Amino acid sequence: MSIAATGKRSFGSFLWDYLTTVDHKKIAHLYLAGGGFFFILGGLEALVIRIQLIRPENDFISAGFYNEMITMHGTTMIFLAGMPILIGLMNAAMPLQIGARDVAFPFLNALSFWLFLFGGLLLNLSFLFGGAPDAGWTSYASLAMQSPGHGVDFYILGLQIAGAGTLMGGINFIATIVTMRAPGMTYMRMPLFTWATFITSVLILFAFPPLTINLFLLMFDRMFETAFFNVALGGNTIIYQHLFWIFGHPEVYILILPLFGLFSDIFSTFSRKRLFGYTAMVFATMLIAFLGFMVWAHHMFTVGLGPVANSIFAVGTMAIAVPTGIKIFNWLLTMWGGQVTVNSAMLWALGFIPSFTIGGMTGVMLGSNVADYQYHDTYFVVAHFHYVIVGGTIFGIFAGLHYWWPKMFGRILHEGMGKFSFWVFFAGFHLTFFIQHFLGLMGMPRRYWVFLHDQGLELGNLISTIGAFLMGIASIVFIYNIVYSAIKGEKAEADPWDGRTLEWSISSPPPYYNFEQLPLVRGLDPLWIEKMEGDGKIPPGEPLDDVHMPNGSFIPFLMGLGFFIAGFGFIYQVDHSLWYLALYGGLAFSIGCMVVRSLQDDFGYYIPKEELKKALEGEAK
Amino acid sequence: MKGWMGKLRTLVLLGSLAFILSGCGRDNLTALVPKGYGADVSMQLIILTTVVMTFVFLVVMVIYVIVLMRYRKKKGDPVINPEQVEGNKTLEAVWTIIPIILVVIMAVPTVFATFHLADDSDSEDHINIDVTGNQYWWHYDYRNEEIATSQDLYIPVNTKVYVHLITNDVLHSFWVPSLSGKLDVNPENVNTMYIEAYEEGVYFGKCAELCGPSHSLMDFKVVVVSEEEYDQWVQDMQNFDTETLDLDPVAQEGRELFEEKSCVQCHATDTQNYSAGSVPIGPDLTQFADRSRLAGYLDPTKENLVKWIQDPESLKPGNLMTGAYPELSDDEADKIAEYLLQLKPSEITAESKED
Amino acid sequence: MSHDHSSLFPEVMPAAPEKATLEGKNKFFGQWFFLGGETVLFASLFGTYLALKNSTAGGPSTDELFGLGLVFLMTMLLLTSSLTSVYAMYHMRNNDFKKMYLWLGITGLLGIGFLACEIYEFAHYITEYGFSFRSSAFGSAFYALVGFHGGHVLFGICWLTTLLIRNAKRGLNLYNAPKFNTFSLFWHFIDVVWVFIFTVVYLMGKVG
Repeated sequence: MSIAATGKRSFGSFLWDYLTTVDHKKIAHLYLAGGGFFFILGGLEALVIRIQLIRPENDFISAGFYNEMITMHGTTMIFLAGMPILIGLMNAAMPLQIGARDVAFPFLNALSFWLFLFGGLLLNLSFLFGGAPDAGWTSYASLAMQSPGHGVDFYILGLQIAGAGTLMGGINFIATIVTMRAPGMTYMRMPLFTWATFITSVLILFAFPPLTINLFLLMFDRMFETAFFNVALGGNTIIYQHLFWIFGHPEVYILILPLFGLFSDIFSTFSRKRLFGYTAMVFATMLIAFLGFMVWAHHMFTVGLGPVANSIFAVGTMAIAVPTGIKIFNWLLTMWGGQVTVNSAMLWALGFIPSFTIGGMTGVMLGSNVADYQYHDTYFVVAHFHYVIVGGTIFGIFAGLHYWWPKMFGRILHEGMGKFSFWVFFAGFHLTFFIQHFLGLMGMPRRYWVFLHDQGLELGNLISTIGAFLMGIASIVFIYNIVYSAIKGEKAEADPWDGRTLEWSISSPPPYYNFEQLPLVRGLDPLWIEKMEGDGKIPPGEPLDDVHMPNGSFIPFLMGLGFFIAGFGFIYQVDHSLWYLALYGGLAFSIGCMVVRSLQDDFGYYIPKEELKKALEGEAK
Repeated sequence: MKGWMGKLRTLVLLGSLAFILSGCGRDNLTALVPKGYGADVSMQLIILTTVVMTFVFLVVMVIYVIVLMRYRKKKGDPVINPEQVEGNKTLEAVWTIIPIILVVIMAVPTVFATFHLADDSDSEDHINIDVTGNQYWWHYDYRNEEIATSQDLYIPVNTKVYVHLITNDVLHSFWVPSLSGKLDVNPENVNTMYIEAYEEGVYFGKCAELCGPSHSLMDFKVVVVSEEEYDQWVQDMQNFDTETLDLDPVAQEGRELFEEKSCVQCHATDTQNYSAGSVPIGPDLTQFADRSRLAGYLDPTKENLVKWIQDPESLKPGNLMTGAYPELSDDEADKIAEYLLQLKPSEITAESKED
Repeated sequence: MSHDHSSLFPEVMPAAPEKATLEGKNKFFGQWFFLGGETVLFASLFGTYLALKNSTAGGPSTDELFGLGLVFLMTMLLLTSSLTSVYAMYHMRNNDFKKMYLWLGITGLLGIGFLACEIYEFAHYITEYGFSFRSSAFGSAFYALVGFHGGHVLFGICWLTTLLIRNAKRGLNLYNAPKFNTFSLFWHFIDVVWVFIFTVVYLMGKVG
């Protein structure tokens, strides 16, 4: 019954272990691997785009394929790379940070992952089946309805399946944080990363349903001739834009808030100082999330919504600068007076501050809607959101990987390579995107397959392409670093960074049950408190007893597979009614799995007290 | 205004080496050198917000640099346990209130400008043009003048011109960076804005909303002429009639082929059959020989034109002309081209305004 | 196994058996959050409907289409079923398994009655008025919103049926009590959504 890794195992049992796991730490590995794979894919797509734009009127790829590239680059990076890697980090760290043994719904957690993976695969298989989606990652209704072939159908079904997984993940994390905090871990003692996970999950919960509905409407219009966006029958394409951005704007915060939390932890750990203005940080995060739902129409300033709507959304957008500013200054003041250790994780965090501040600056500038009449849909916007998403999210992901790699895998990533990849990436990033602000203002709209001769855009685009390759090189070095550390890396101790939070109080990697006894939390930064005031060990919050654990299950994988098959059925049923077999077969299979799951009594199992006692004694030695 | 511009230039020059090398971009395309009212208003706000935000950025960077210089752990420094500061109410209040003030400084002019630009109550007193976006070309219907044309939009200098935008197919966005900000071209409602150019010249227009494979080739031009020239141009257009044209025999044959090979089913060649509000299937060719560009972006040479007539797909992927007419031999295409290059209703052309 | 699962089958049931275990508590909160998401889901559909309800493209309008009699009956059926599920939960807390089953059964039957009315209603629109989800943007939005709700009712009935069959011979315990409770939360939610549909779609369609 025990799924503890003991001794050498065959590859088959290793694989089976991961296919059936419901352990949050292993699901984190899966998310990181899946998200990492799609990150590489999205990165290659970015390079193809930049090669096409290396010189004016280039013909490296065709116009149609270019549109597929920009669509897939955006969709992949946001839905299949960014979010899954973040959810991976949340899975890896959040339960440990609150002193829990797993998430609230371990089975659902596994299902979330498999739905994401199968959704992502479905979306990307479109390349092999007659062309990828080509209407942009926003897939606006009028063009998406007209787009020939099945590309957009793959987009719809792929995102629908992956999105369902994300939604479940969000619910799971909220429930975990509400019910499973260790004794003494009050809300206002939670590490900022846990807070950010909590708030991000709430955003996921409220932001994804509009996307679900929007994709449904688009799917029905494309496949079943409904008239939501068909102007001839009274439909309205602006509805699509509204629903998309009611989802899309909070999505930006879903991508950035977890990293705000993570950076707070990192700054505080590597400055050996408590986070400055903890309460303000928590409420600023909430305020950003709340305002994030109120400003979606700033993506639609040029749609013609009228001066009243434009003004309201403009002022609302600028207001977000206030809580974000609070955060930046609180981070700086966290370091002020501390002892700042600069290692790879901290370098990424330090690189984040100027990069993200520029992204925030241009964000406020974009919020002025009359100025936005010029910026909108140009490379200025491309520059802005890459400053936010790369300078914030991707920098954060690299920081988080360096920070938690020892905890997740028991090895420390190589410092030299880590620093090298940071500096190369940092230079490449600014080289690529800074110039794009000017390209946009100089008259280059985004999503342009070619730019023309003699329009003053040559040099900027060339510089941008060179920068993109530097980021590519840095990413390759980082991947090599992972391989290197797996083979030769330094073994990590439980607390390599002299940490402050609960995850550093247990071994690296943690045992499958995380804590023999749930910890007793005596304040913010519990481990630091025990180091300063106690013996450096977290006191137990419960007597030693049998520990209840959930059983592994293969059903999540099978359910994902069923929906994957049903997805194909949906896409191709318009061509041939035989595909209904796949559609109904796949759905029936998944629902069947659900029924089997409901009919089984799955009580889980108990780890006997004696085993835990042995482990505790082992640690004491 | 000029003073502001100067300040911006210094600012930006300091900011970016690459910018020095490439300047402000191409004249009459770049939004950084506004030559029309809308672009001017936007520019003022761009400058205002840039200045305010740059100030914030500098404050952040100063603190950042000080922190890194003073508190970085250097090699050999012993590990210390700094004081665990909880926070500072005064400081936190300061960096809440100052940003709020800065936001107000930016928000108030923005709101004023928004309402100012959206005011179209005087549209009746000005030129009104119905603009239709199509994959991948633009059509202009001069409401009161009863003329229509495509691709090159002729307007007089220093006067408001109202454009009423709608699309025939998918979303587009109408953008002439040097003259005004952009406005989307929707299928379900007419969007209205005005442009007012300060200087005569030929301005670059772009489609700014992804509309298919040739989105990046959906360029157009705005030809700004003097008041008198504009009146002359309108008159020339109104009077243009291909029936009375004096054509050489080759062009004459071309005209017959133009009708025979079903070109005429999609393309209008003069304003004699103008009917208000109707948009042809293909671009209006009335002043084809006066166009500044072929297909929106190519040099208007005969060679290019013949190539276009025979294989438009190779020049503008996804265009709707491909396959809509019978195949043409080199000779036939040459004759049609010859004919089209005779369609010159007016002496007032883009060429005469281009530098 | 040094430890069996006897703690799930106590001699004396606690006062709130649905929240007595950590798993139960998780299910309880999880379901609430899920319903929060569902609220936004329906809000999106309501928004779409309100934007498109006058886009009839020459087809029948809300006023011509709707009759309040049948809809009133449907409302009564669903409201009553919500009440009966409250009774069921009351008996669950009193550890009266048989009465809980009785009331849950009635809940299910009322749900089926509601669904039958809705199917009749849709069939009526299609055959009498030729009003389908392809007729106009209004048609699409109407069937999307009301149909989505109907789909939820159908799902609820299937869910209830599986629950009832599965646990018929087991009696109440701490493992299945949360399951009954989550179902009842879901059922209340569909009922509330219907109240909004009744108001926004039917009443406002007749009066507004």
